[in-house]
Amino acid sequence: MLRDITLGQYYQTDSVIHRLDPRVKLVGTLLFIISLFVVNQFPVYLVVLVFLGSVIALSHVPLGFMLRGMKAIAFLLILAFVCNLFLTPGDILVSFWKLRITKQGLSTAVFMAIRLSLLIVGSSLMTLTTTPNHLTDGLEKLLNPLKKIRVPVHEISMMMSIALRFIPILLEETDKIMKAQMARGADFDTGNLIQKAKALIPLLVPLFISAFRRANDLAMAMEARCYRGGDGRTKMKPLKYEKRDFAAYGLLLFYMAACAGVNILSAHLPGILSWHLG
Amino acid sequence: MDIIKAQDLSFDYIRRDEEGNVEGTTRAVNHVSLSVSQGDFVAILGHNGSGKSTFAKHLNAILMPTEGTVWVDGMDTREEAKIWDIRQEAGMVFQNPDNQIIGQVVEEDVGFGPENMGVPTKEIWERVEESLKAVGMYEYRKYSPNKLSGGQKQRVSIAGVLAMHPKCIVLDEPTAMLDPSGRREVIRAVRALNMVEHVTVILITHYMEEIIHADHVFVMDVGKVAMHGTPKEVFSRVEELKALRLGVPEVTQLAWELKQSGVNLPEGILTVEELTEALLQCRG
Ligand SMILES: Nc1ncnc2c1ncn2[C@@H]1O[C@H](COP(=O)(O)OP(=O)(O)O)[C@@H](O)[C@H]1O
Ligand SMILES: [Mg+2]
Repeated sequence: MLRDITLGQYYQTDSVIHRLDPRVKLVGTLLFIISLFVVNQFPVYLVVLVFLGSVIALSHVPLGFMLRGMKAIAFLLILAFVCNLFLTPGDILVSFWKLRITKQGLSTAVFMAIRLSLLIVGSSLMTLTTTPNHLTDGLEKLLNPLKKIRVPVHEISMMMSIALRFIPILLEETDKIMKAQMARGADFDTGNLIQKAKALIPLLVPLFISAFRRANDLAMAMEARCYRGGDGRTKMKPLKYEKRDFAAYGLLLFYMAACAGVNILSAHLPGILSWHLG
Repeated sequence: MDIIKAQDLSFDYIRRDEEGNVEGTTRAVNHVSLSVSQGDFVAILGHNGSGKSTFAKHLNAILMPTEGTVWVDGMDTREEAKIWDIRQEAGMVFQNPDNQIIGQVVEEDVGFGPENMGVPTKEIWERVEESLKAVGMYEYRKYSPNKLSGGQKQRVSIAGVLAMHPKCIVLDEPTAMLDPSGRREVIRAVRALNMVEHVTVILITHYMEEIIHADHVFVMDVGKVAMHGTPKEVFSRVEELKALRLGVPEVTQLAWELKQSGVNLPEGILTVEELTEALLQCRG
């Protein structure tokens, strides 16, 4: 049920992208997202597509696996597309019944759909190729300078990795409690929204009680194993940049420059090439 | 030398009402004095609520005595400055395997303790390897803990403690949530640690079969040490054990009943072999 969502789940295989330092992937994803939203010329998306396509090819994650994850949010994409298409005011292109499609609406809808799908594919590529642990490690290392202004960076990353460790356990427990309640005649599927929400109470109460007990036990177990925050802690798997990581940073820079270049260039070109947002 | 020494130890839990006002206290450990020598395998027995877990948490400085004193390798657990040395020397394994594994990969979990202690990276890897090998889980080092059986998870927890190079390991009902084969696995690993690595073991349990190999047994009841001695001595007092709502191993029970009905058998028979031997001698 809940476990069927493959979107952003780690995909175990060996590839150059998998081996990259998580910091490179985090920075890369951030730059990629920025590039998606700063760009406003249609042709630039060709550059984006080529870049994303090559990274996907390098990652050895099957395209099918990725797209299967997209299904879960296809509905959201379509909704965003339709809303943009019909609700943007401007020069009317076609109109029928009470609906109007405007030129601006069409362009916004297409841009939005492209941006969102690229955003989702791009960021799920990061989680598909990086173990959650690596991800939190990378985040901790990247945000380390914030420690100076008293942001509890180590604590945040520890919380994230514990949450990730317990998600599957809690999901399994939810399943178990649900089955136990169903065996006693509980009904989670019928009735209106309020009735359904009410039916969840006997599920949530035991789940919360158990989660608190687990948290309590875990805190004790961590203390018993000498955990005392991030100070003076060493790492079993410290992050270290390799040659390929610097190469990847170089390629990222090149990608950003290419986006900027093509964007400026196509803004000055006439015709179909200058199809831009708004 | 005594690795663990408790003198006149008492502990009160404070009960609070809904607003958090103190309602009263529950005495969970009541004037307990005992000591454990380095290298021993000690078992603590007692039915639910007899104060075993409360006592165990004092050995790791998770709880501080209300009265009396606990020394771990000569260090008073009340000394703030020594708390991390105490926790390193007396490792602790808890009942629920899911609630004590922190890492998302077996080897990372075993490395958690050494990381906290500030052990250099290279040495962490050595310790992780040797600890996983000691409990026979080395082949599983790259697994997610969620994919292991209960017995395997507990062995990983034990490895996690071992990697901190403790002198003593306290196991609080490590087998309570396991099936019989998982239980055997864990007990075998614990015995091997004691015999091969000479780690002092304090095993808390209510399964009688698990303590027949102990050097010393303490039986707790309502926060007090009710009986103590070698397993043989303790198990020869079947009626007292029953009064404490504890059963004895089936073989011991059988031997005891045979003896009651007039068969001439020695006291405190713990294994099938011993009983066979004794019965053969009766006949011969
Ligand atoms: N956190 C707690 N708060 C209050 N009372 C507790 C707490 N934990 C245990 N107790 C009480 O202390 C007594 C001893 O409990 P415990 O040490 O857990 O026994 P055991 O491990 O032998 O089952 C019991 O009466 C129990 O109800
Ligand atoms: Mg207990």
